[in-house]
Amino acid sequence: MDISNKDRARELPVQQIDVFTDTRDILAHANRAAKKRGFEDWLICDVDAHHTETISWHELVQYIEDPVIRHQAMLFHDEKMGTASYGLNGDMGLKYQDVGGRIPHQAGIREKVDDGVHRDVTLSRRAMSALGVDYMVLFPTPMLTLGLHPQPEMEVYLGRAYNRWLIDKVLSKDDRLKTLAYLPFNVPKEAERTIEEFSGQPGVIGFCVPSVRHKAVHHNDYMRIYAMLEERNLPIAFHAAYHWQDQSLATINRFLGMHALGFVWCNMVHMTNWILNGIPERFPKLKSIWVESGLAWIPFLMQRLDDQYLMRPSEAPQLKKLPSEYMRENCWYTTQPMETVNMKALQLTLEMINAESQLLFASDWPHFDFDLPQEIYDLPFLSEQAKRNILGLNAAKLFNLDPTPRKTL
Amino acid sequence: MAEYLVCSEEEIADGGRRVVACGEREIGIFRVKGALHAWHNMCPHRQGPICQGRIYPEVIEPVDEKGEVRTLLYNEENMHVACPWHGWEFNLETGSNAGPAKYRLHRAELAIREGQIYVVL
Ligand code: FES
Repeated sequence: MDISNKDRARELPVQQIDVFTDTRDILAHANRAAKKRGFEDWLICDVDAHHTETISWHELVQYIEDPVIRHQAMLFHDEKMGTASYGLNGDMGLKYQDVGGRIPHQAGIREKVDDGVHRDVTLSRRAMSALGVDYMVLFPTPMLTLGLHPQPEMEVYLGRAYNRWLIDKVLSKDDRLKTLAYLPFNVPKEAERTIEEFSGQPGVIGFCVPSVRHKAVHHNDYMRIYAMLEERNLPIAFHAAYHWQDQSLATINRFLGMHALGFVWCNMVHMTNWILNGIPERFPKLKSIWVESGLAWIPFLMQRLDDQYLMRPSEAPQLKKLPSEYMRENCWYTTQPMETVNMKALQLTLEMINAESQLLFASDWPHFDFDLPQEIYDLPFLSEQAKRNILGLNAAKLFNLDPTPRKTL
Repeated sequence: MAEYLVCSEEEIADGGRRVVACGEREIGIFRVKGALHAWHNMCPHRQGPICQGRIYPEVIEPVDEKGEVRTLLYNEENMHVACPWHGWEFNLETGSNAGPAKYRLHRAELAIREGQIYVVL
């Protein structure tokens, strides 16, 4: 033993990560991994990351357009005690994502933020720099179930207020932050207005339908929306979520099961309707993105729909090719949460969806099942070009972003 | 081989830990039931900072003679560290995953001399 090499070990400043730990400390290993892989020269677009908009709800409600509802909401937040966010529906306390405190960054991000800009700008910047991300697309969190709101007009008020607030406080402060603006899909006329109003606004690179809702995506009422988006060359994203009030999932008692199925089921239903009703035939240039359902569901649905379609083509007369062909040519997918335990299955999935052009990296930071860019980089069966496409170049093309990397690691 | 002086033995109480950097490598030293165990701070899932996670007793669900269950319990005999990135859990004494034992933490060697703890790499 070389006793001359007897150094003192250096105690790490963070012994146990908790909700107060700085994002840069939580993700220190990710930053090291990004440097090691030379990500300075790689464009990395994170097509699905989150912020918790309800932390700023008192601020957001000031952007409600309707003066009466705005006044009510402001009074609600000034005066009511012990209540949730004004007007927001949802799962209330059934939010077990942090596994009983084991994953603190999912429970809360309470680190010190004092950069003179909105906390969501600072927190997003910290995550981007730690992960090695150039562009980050932000989505809300509790609002992902707003599509189930019993008052359709409330989805309009809150969705629109969210878009306005996000642009004003966050997106206009850093042009690396983007969003797919909230579409109040339960009121088609208002969704059309939303597209007219928010297309071209700072940071808006497309529109998002939170997938948890009981509305048929093929209803004739939505055709004008799809035509408007196709005409503007703006993608439509379907962002998945879970919801414990879903009767089809009512027997599930563990969050693990609810999360595993809920985040996939809503997008499987919409995708089935999307394809069988020939939306890609009617709007061949409309780009749809399927967000946060992972990837393992896609081969199943491709096989299933192809087999069933060939037996019953008269029920889907608009189709000119197999459902799976529309799914691999007209649809884009975000990676997270990428299922990796069976690598062979993942490899086949990536082949089946033509990942080289259709797959978009997403971290889902700061949620419990977040992914890192290194996972794509380390895949043994992809070419370097395919990795570069998935990590950033596909997104740059889809959203018309400058493909020059902008980060400093 | 290199040795890194961590601290004196009594500085890590039962149930406590010390996570340190030894050059480029990070090691977590834990005391469980009086004994010291050292693990590389590198989660086998995605290289997260496993040793900086929270410590929990193993969770069990007893099944009675009729095959029924009623409650979840903590089993203090097996202490786990949960990775703060995505929650993978490992037994602090054996390094085995809470589920399949094929996922394991990577053990680091310790030396104790004159009441001082050293990491040997
Ligand atoms: S890196 Fe430890 S659980 Fe994922």
